[in-house]
Amino acid sequence: MLKVWVGLLGLTLAEIMLAYVQLAQGLMLTLLMVFSIAKAAMIMAYFMHLKFDKPALSWMLVPPLIACIVVLAVALLPDSLRALELRP
Amino acid sequence: MAQAATQDNALLNVGHKKLGMWLFLVSDSLTFASLLIAYSYLRIANDWPRPFEFSPAIIFSSVMTLVLLSSSLTMVLGVAAAHVGDRTRAAKHIFLTALGGIVFVVLHLTEWSHLIEQGVTPFSNPWGAPLFGGTFFLITGLHMTHVVIGIVYLGIIGIGFRRGRFDSEDVEVAGLYWHFVDLVWMFVFPLLYLLSVAPRT
Repeated sequence: MLKVWVGLLGLTLAEIMLAYVQLAQGLMLTLLMVFSIAKAAMIMAYFMHLKFDKPALSWMLVPPLIACIVVLAVALLPDSLRALELRP
Repeated sequence: MAQAATQDNALLNVGHKKLGMWLFLVSDSLTFASLLIAYSYLRIANDWPRPFEFSPAIIFSSVMTLVLLSSSLTMVLGVAAAHVGDRTRAAKHIFLTALGGIVFVVLHLTEWSHLIEQGVTPFSNPWGAPLFGGTFFLITGLHMTHVVIGIVYLGIIGIGFRRGRFDSEDVEVAGLYWHFVDLVWMFVFPLLYLLSVAPRT
């Protein structure tokens, strides 16, 4: 568990370094999301114990959650690019 | 792990309290996901200020992040102690976790006061898009509310567990809530703070 915490710390420091070196926003957003999802997976698997519980619990909770978030993002975010075009 | 056999869900092998908390956390995740997606929409479609200097703003919020991560570690240790029946050690770690939460809230309110001094409020923003303040205070405010609720929740569980009124499953369920609060911050911190670092000229 301590190793998990050290890993989370490392990923957090990596994210902060990305902000420090001032990458382009698009690249930085992608990398930040990858790191954050990795951190979320580690917290859910180890700290929240999902890895050691019955797999049925993970299957019940995680795929629907991901599906809902993906549908939200796909349904709404592309329209923001249209809204960007509409600005005077 | 002590489980009331008649109350376990047979398919998932999980107590009803733990299952209930997990279902709540999934729904709460969608609340935060919706807010963050709405924020992303606004940010893409508008001129968005990037006001946070690396020092002090990002350093400050990084310390907040580390405090919350460490509080998750003390929570894990507390749950482990609870499972082996060490009530004193478990309570100690639960209170340490709550203390981490209190430190986080104090730091966060300090940061808020700095921003408000500069004119950023939920209703105004001196640097461009008026919704910068609105989205910032809404998302961080909702998260902070969850932290405060967690601090109270942990206090009750810590005192009650030490007195023998709660069992280790109750401690574990409180732990799930606290890790969720940390998890949400793992997304709020990059999306609201790190992506708003002031460009070096």
